[in-house]
Amino acid sequence: MTATTPPARREGLRAWLTARRENRTSVDDLSDRSIVSDAERRRPGTRLGMRVVHVFLFVTLVIAGLGPILWLMKAAVTPSQDTISQPFALWPNGIDWANLSSAWNDIHIDQFFFNTVVIAAGAWFIQLFVATTAGYALSVLRPAYAPILNALVLATLFIPGIVLLVPLYLTIVHPPFGIPSLLNNYLAVWLPMAANAFNILLVKRFFDSLPREVFEAAETDGAGPFRLFWSIVLPMSKPILGVVSVFAIIAAWKDYLWPKLVLPNPAVQPLSVRLPDVASQTELDVFLAALAIATLIPIAMFLVFQSVFLRSAGLGGAVKG
Amino acid sequence: MTMTPERQEVAVTPPPAATPRRRRRTPLTWLRGGGPANLFFVLPMLIVFFFFSWSPIVQSVIMSLQKTNLLVSHWVGFDNYVAVLSDPELGRAVLNTLYFAVLALLFGFPLPLFMAVLMSEVKRGKGLYSALAYLPVVIPPVVAVLLWKFFYDSSPNGVFNTVLSWVGIPPQPWLSSAAQAMPSLVLEATWAAAGGSIIIYLAALLSVPPELYDAAEVDGAGIWRKVWHVSLPQLRGILFIMLILQVIATAQVFLEPFLFTGGGPAGATKTILLYIYDKAFRNSLGGDYGEATAVSVLLALVLAVLSWLYFRLTDRWSTT
Repeated sequence: MTATTPPARREGLRAWLTARRENRTSVDDLSDRSIVSDAERRRPGTRLGMRVVHVFLFVTLVIAGLGPILWLMKAAVTPSQDTISQPFALWPNGIDWANLSSAWNDIHIDQFFFNTVVIAAGAWFIQLFVATTAGYALSVLRPAYAPILNALVLATLFIPGIVLLVPLYLTIVHPPFGIPSLLNNYLAVWLPMAANAFNILLVKRFFDSLPREVFEAAETDGAGPFRLFWSIVLPMSKPILGVVSVFAIIAAWKDYLWPKLVLPNPAVQPLSVRLPDVASQTELDVFLAALAIATLIPIAMFLVFQSVFLRSAGLGGAVKG
Repeated sequence: MTMTPERQEVAVTPPPAATPRRRRRTPLTWLRGGGPANLFFVLPMLIVFFFFSWSPIVQSVIMSLQKTNLLVSHWVGFDNYVAVLSDPELGRAVLNTLYFAVLALLFGFPLPLFMAVLMSEVKRGKGLYSALAYLPVVIPPVVAVLLWKFFYDSSPNGVFNTVLSWVGIPPQPWLSSAAQAMPSLVLEATWAAAGGSIIIYLAALLSVPPELYDAAEVDGAGIWRKVWHVSLPQLRGILFIMLILQVIATAQVFLEPFLFTGGGPAGATKTILLYIYDKAFRNSLGGDYGEATAVSVLLALVLAVLSWLYFRLTDRWSTT
């Protein structure tokens, strides 16, 4: 299920949807006609039906989507005893705000949260760096060996990540060339994430669609390959850079198994790895408060960048993959 | 290897201007033709892919044919494969994984489609409904599992058991019973995943050409027949893609069984990935890497076929 489905995988879908939408002849075709026609909507039976649909959708989605989060927020400021004996009562014995500060200070949520941010930032930077340089080389510079590299990168798309787990772990523990073990080093998380064929494919396809005349004009004006990359290609590619960024940050934020393996030292672990381990040694109310804090930040980000998230999830007409 | 051409450049003189029909490749033409710049842009990808993708792939095939304890390894042929394939525990893990996959299809496949069809029909509130549906996807998976683990508390005061008591159903054991553990995992996984699928189906539904509905109406089709004979056939492609993606993902399910039950009770939720993890990493002194990679390679072969199918389909559909 999705917890393990890389969002990047879905990029293929988006290309397909975009292609379908482009087949339409005019913007008018995008009018909001759907299954039920306007004539049908005017019938009283259908009207009642639509009202039922509205109520059903609203109730179901509020309970399933918002319910657990609201419950968690309530439980975060409720004493353990009340949460255990009456999980749905609203503060029968008062509100316990101290849970939040205990979670922040005693479980050191602040530190693990900071670790998560560092991991996500590094993963974002290195994925963007590798994907753009590789995409530029394979799409614009095109050295003679580009087709071979391209094939080698594409081939890795068919290999599921799981087959790499053990050898990758051993590479981290015993790196080549006498480099000391990368255990507990964030490079162990960042570098394998950078070997992401899907990012390269996405960026390369986007670069392929950029007009060649612009490159030729820049070259005539004396721009070298570095200037062309930095001042022409990258500024023209903001949409795809945004998509790769969203994928990279979400993936780093959610990752569990790999950081757990290569970051055994609790001091450097991200929130996702640390939370299951502190569960048994923490009081329930403080632990639930910690979960609430860990949830609030992604949700706040979602609410702010809602359209970007939903577009990355599959709606995107803006991106031509 | 990468540095030699530049060093040779001083020593090697360009070939005498014999006007060859095809320009010979020499270090100098390489240098003048932008070779170093090309190399600069290729190098980051080359390094990370070599060390963290290509070489581990080859290594895992090699390791699956060896007995390894990090320091010394020796070849054992197909012994690792024979050992794991005759291990009844792996058979159990495969069956558990299949059980998870089937349940996930039963719960998780029709539900998002149904919600998406309803959502595509409401005139107002699509944005609100999409956001509400997508909220569970935004919650970090680890947090969601830990929260649901508390919801599944088997005491009569547990969160879900309290809800059941409102409608007169006795408390359920949830995760602590071998029979209910797997469905409980799938329920959480479905809840966590449905939002993403809903958004994708909604986009697909809204991109169905409206002429098709007009035409169906001319032929006298009602609402249900339009859903059945127009919308669903139009979604056939995306449904199949989502099916493959879901199978690929469920075959590698790890987080839910690992955090909810650790594979228990009595091995009822031990999946293939948990089996691999236990073989390789459970023992802190060094695991049986040979057998673990043998299972990984077998799983990878199966999934590679599915991936290939997926890319063929999306490729065909994105160009036509």
